[in-house]
Amino acid sequence: MDLSDTPEEEEFRARLREWLAKTLPGLPPKPSPDDWPGRRAYDLGWQRRLYDAGYADVHWDASPATRLIFLEETEKAGAPYVGANFVGLLHAGPTIAAEGTEEQRERWLPPILRGEEVWCQGFSEPDAGSDLAALRTRAWRDGDDYVVTGSKIWTSHAEVADWCELLVRTDPEAPRHRGITWLAMPMDAPGITVRPLRTLAGSAEFAEVFLDEVRVPAVNRVGDENDGWRVTLVTLSFERGTAFAGEVVACRRVLGELAVEARENGRWDDPALRRRLGRLNAEFRALWRLTQWNVSAAQASGSVPGAAGSVFKLRYSHARQELYDAAAEVLGADCLDLDRPWTLDRLSSLSYTIAAGTSQIQHSIIAERILGLPKGR
Amino acid sequence: MRFRLTDDQRALRDGTRQLLVRRFGGEALRGAVESPGRLDRALWRALGEAGFFALRLPEAEGGVGLGLPEAVLVFEEAGRVLLPGPLAATHLAAGVVPGAATGEAVVSAVDGGLVEWLAQADVVRGDAAGAVPMRSLDPLTPLHRVPGGAAADPAPVAVLLTAAEQLGTAARVCELAAQHARAREQFGRPVGAFQAVAHLCAGMLVRSETARAAVYAAAVTGDPVDIAAARLLADEAAVRGARDCLQVHGGMGFTWESEVHLHLKRAWVRTQRAGGVTQSEEALAAALTAGTA
Ligand SMILES: Cc1cc2nc3c(=O)[nH]c(=O)nc-3n(C[C@H](O)[C@H](O)[C@H](O)COP(=O)(O)OP(=O)(O)OC[C@H]3O[C@@H](n4cnc5c(N)ncnc54)[C@H](O)[C@@H]3O)c2cc1C
Repeated sequence: MDLSDTPEEEEFRARLREWLAKTLPGLPPKPSPDDWPGRRAYDLGWQRRLYDAGYADVHWDASPATRLIFLEETEKAGAPYVGANFVGLLHAGPTIAAEGTEEQRERWLPPILRGEEVWCQGFSEPDAGSDLAALRTRAWRDGDDYVVTGSKIWTSHAEVADWCELLVRTDPEAPRHRGITWLAMPMDAPGITVRPLRTLAGSAEFAEVFLDEVRVPAVNRVGDENDGWRVTLVTLSFERGTAFAGEVVACRRVLGELAVEARENGRWDDPALRRRLGRLNAEFRALWRLTQWNVSAAQASGSVPGAAGSVFKLRYSHARQELYDAAAEVLGADCLDLDRPWTLDRLSSLSYTIAAGTSQIQHSIIAERILGLPKGR
Repeated sequence: MRFRLTDDQRALRDGTRQLLVRRFGGEALRGAVESPGRLDRALWRALGEAGFFALRLPEAEGGVGLGLPEAVLVFEEAGRVLLPGPLAATHLAAGVVPGAATGEAVVSAVDGGLVEWLAQADVVRGDAAGAVPMRSLDPLTPLHRVPGGAAADPAPVAVLLTAAEQLGTAARVCELAAQHARAREQFGRPVGAFQAVAHLCAGMLVRSETARAAVYAAAVTGDPVDIAAARLLADEAAVRGARDCLQVHGGMGFTWESEVHLHLKRAWVRTQRAGGVTQSEEALAAALTAGTA
C-alpha cells in the first residue's frame, strides 16, 4: 500500500498545477445557471482547452492514479467542472471505448475529447425508472436503420445534446433483460421532440424526449442487437463508480469555505456546529480514500468498478446532502436566499439519492451482489 | 388524564380542514405558486371570519375565547395545505393590531433577521428598517432580510404555532408518500411493497405521530420547555418527512410540478422562525440543570 505519487505522477501533478495557474485567470466568466446554450459553449470551451494542453483524455486513457490527480488539482484550483460534457466524458465515452467497434471509437471519441459534441442519457422512461429493464421504447429494423418510437424522461442536458445514449427494446418477446439494445442516436434526427422539464430548483435541467419513428443507422448500435443490457451495466458502473469522484474534492473545498464563513459570521463559536463540520471533514476524506481504493482495485483487476461503485454512490450522495444541510446551518437565515450559491446546491443535492439509481436500489445491489444475500426486494 | 381531542376540538379541526380544502385546494396552491408574492386577501378575510386569528382572544374582546390546543389544531391544518401568509404573526397580533383579529389586516413581524410577506403586510411588528428583499427559496413565502436582526427570545406561542404548522407538513407528506407508494408500480408491483420504501413511509409516520403527541401536550401545558421539545420533534418530522417523501417519489419528486418540494421548502423556512432549532435545544439543555426537566 502506497499513497504517495510516483515520480511520473509527481511530474504530472506539477505540470498540471502550473498549467492551471496560467490558464484559469484567462477563462471567460461562467454563464448564468439558466443559460443552457451558454453553459454548453462554456463547458465545451473548457474541454477544448484541456484537449489543446494534452489533458483531454485523462478520464479514459491515463492511469487511474493520474486521473485522480487531475480531479484533485483541477478541483482545488477551482477549475470548471465537466458540466454538459458529463455523459460523454464520464459514461457514454468510456462505454464506447470499452464496447464499441474501431470505427465507432473513431467516430465518437475524438469529438468528445475535443469538446465538440455533447451527449445525453436516454435510459429512463415514465414507467421504467428503478425498473430500467421495463423500458418500452420500441425499435425495429428497417433496411440499414432502426426505427425508434417511444419516450424518455428526466433526460439531463437533452436540450443541448448532439447525441443520446439510447436504450430501446428490439425484441418484445424475449425476457425483459434480453431484448434491449444500446444505440447512439443523433439528437437532430427528424421525429425527436424535446420538452424541457422544470426541476424543483427552478431550472430546466432535464427534459422529456419524445421519439416518433426516429431513424437511427444500424451502424450506431454499440454491442450486439438484444445484448444492450450487458452494455448498460457497463455504462451504469462508470456512472456510479467513477463519475462522481471529482465532486468529492469539490465538496472538500466547500467544507473549507463553510469553516471560513462560519468564522466570519460568528457561528464557529457554536461547538455543535464545529463538530458537525469536523465530522463531515472525516466523511469526505474517507470518501476520497474510498475513491482511491476503488480505482486501484479496478486498475489491478483491469475491469470496471462494478458493485463497489454502489458503495461509493450510496455514501457519497447522502454525505453531499449532509454537507449542504450543514451549509444551511452556517448560513442561518440566508440559507433561504436563492442568490446564495449553497442554497441552489442544497436543492440540487436532493437529486443525488435518486438520479443514477436510488439509494434503495443501491442498498439492494450491495446486499445481493457483494454480500450475496438472496434476491428478494 | 384524558389526552384526546374533545368533540368540539374535532369539529374545529374538521371545519378548518373543510374550509381550507374549499378555499385553498390543489388548484389554488398551483395558482399561488405561479403568481408568487400575491396574498389572497379574500381568503385572509375568510380565515378571519372563521376565527382563525381571533381564536384565543377573549369573547369579551370579540374573540372566540379558545386556547392554545385549538390554535394548534387549526395551525396544523394550515401547515397541511401549505397555506401562505404570515399566519402566526397575524394571529399573535389579534387584539393588539386593529383589523388583525378579523383578517382585515395582514400583520407580519420581524423574526430572527427575517420578515415574511413584508410587501403585502399592512403592519409589520418590530424594526424592519433597512429590510432588503431576498430571492426566497420558498415560492410561497416572500422574504426580506433585516440587517443586524439578532434573534430575540421568541414568544413561546410563536414557537408552538410554528411547531403546529410543521406537524401539519409532517402528517401531509406521510400521506403523500404512502399514496404514491401504493400507486406507483416498478418491477411489477407497487413500490410500497418493497421493504425499503415501506420503511421510509413507516419512519415518517413514527416521527409525525411522536411530534403530534409532543405538540398537543405542549399546547395543553403551555410550558416553554415542553414547547421547545415539541418544536424540535416537529421540525425533524417535517424536514425529514418531506425529504423522505421526495425520495419515495423518485424522479417525479424532483420536478417542479410535484407538490413535494413545496413542503420541504416551507419546512425549511419554518426552521428559521422563532429562535430556530438551536434556541430550543439550548432551552432543553438549560432545563436539565435547572431541575425543571
Ligand atoms: C436530477 C435527475 C437527473 C436525471 N437524469 C437522467 C438522465 O440523464 N438520463 C436518464 O435516463 N435518467 C435520468 N434520471 C432518472 C433517474 O435515473 C430515475 O429517476 C431513477 O432511476 C428513479 O426512478 P423513478 O424516478 O422512476 O423512481 P421509482 O423507480 O418510481 O422509485 C420510487 C421509489 O421507489 C423506490 N423503489 C423502486 N423500486 C424499488 C425496489 N425494487 N426496491 C426498493 N425500493 C424501490 C425508489 O428507491 C424510490 O424511492 C434523472 C433523475 C434525476 C432526479
